[in-house]
Amino acid sequence: MRKISDPSQFWIYLAEQPLFFLVLTVLAYIIGDRISKATGRNPLANPVLIAILIIGAVLIATKTPHARYFEGARFVHVLLGPATVALALPIIRHRALIRRQWRAILGAIVIGAGVGIATASGLAILTGLSPETIASLAPKSVTAAIAMGISEQVGGTPPLTAVLVISTGILGAVLITPLMNLIGVTDYAARGFAAGLAAHGIGTARALQVNEKAGAHAALAMGLNGLVTALMAPLLLALLLR
Amino acid sequence: MLEGFAALIVLQLIGEVIAGLTRIPVPGPVIGLALLVAYALWRGGVPPAIEQAGEALLKHLSLLFVPAGVGLIAFGDKLLAEGPRLIVVLVLSTALTMIVTAFVFRALARKEGE
Repeated sequence: MRKISDPSQFWIYLAEQPLFFLVLTVLAYIIGDRISKATGRNPLANPVLIAILIIGAVLIATKTPHARYFEGARFVHVLLGPATVALALPIIRHRALIRRQWRAILGAIVIGAGVGIATASGLAILTGLSPETIASLAPKSVTAAIAMGISEQVGGTPPLTAVLVISTGILGAVLITPLMNLIGVTDYAARGFAAGLAAHGIGTARALQVNEKAGAHAALAMGLNGLVTALMAPLLLALLLR
Repeated sequence: MLEGFAALIVLQLIGEVIAGLTRIPVPGPVIGLALLVAYALWRGGVPPAIEQAGEALLKHLSLLFVPAGVGLIAFGDKLLAEGPRLIVVLVLSTALTMIVTAFVFRALARKEGE
């Protein structure tokens, strides 16, 4: 190991280690999770949001490019795949309940997916955003991998869609609890379903944190909405942009 | 635990292969999720090893979104360049989607003991 004399050299040494950004990611999340717990899981103290702000501040202060950060952080990122498969577990555990509610699930998925696409593109048209942005916005409620594919298909920009998807997820996770309290929906199945449908994995993570039953319905809604939005988005966009 | 983790990755891989071959617009992990649900319905449950590994991953699901989320900082200029309009659209559309979905679900849901 080379000798490190002054602090700026020390930083250069650290920033060369992918492991440093892996550690930063986990530490920032632990801080976010502690704050979230300390506030009694207040929706505004979202652990993902806090972690992003901490890491963002470090990256900006040290002028670290995103690609360098991701060299370390991708070890966490790859676990999203098996974790998504594992979302089958809460669905399986609540299968009796889900089977009983198939009518509500079918109705809510079709109408919810439609409202998600139509309000995103409709409001974007009304506020005069560019056609490219409208197309990038349309699939914002579904998980990033699906949304980017849809975006490309309807003439959007996949990287912009990825940013909009993550923003939607965080917004949904923050808004779900206060909104549901406001409109008086107390059933955790309905609350979770809304969170997973509108805010994909980040909404599902929030739902799992609050209640198991909500988490199961969120996971189900997330999976189904990916499929339904992929089918509906091109059709609805063609209608709206006519 | 390790076998369970391996099983989850294998399910994802099978999902990726199916997605690639059939070109259905669903990502591999979501197909893997559907396969695991189908397996559990067929066998009446999930092997304890998968249960253990899966629960360990789901316990900190939020953590796994952090690296992708940091992309917000990298592409944040774009979000701000299109102005607050984009943010207004996101907030309104997300809120409306959740409200309508929850209401429709509640309206069609069977009540306890029905």
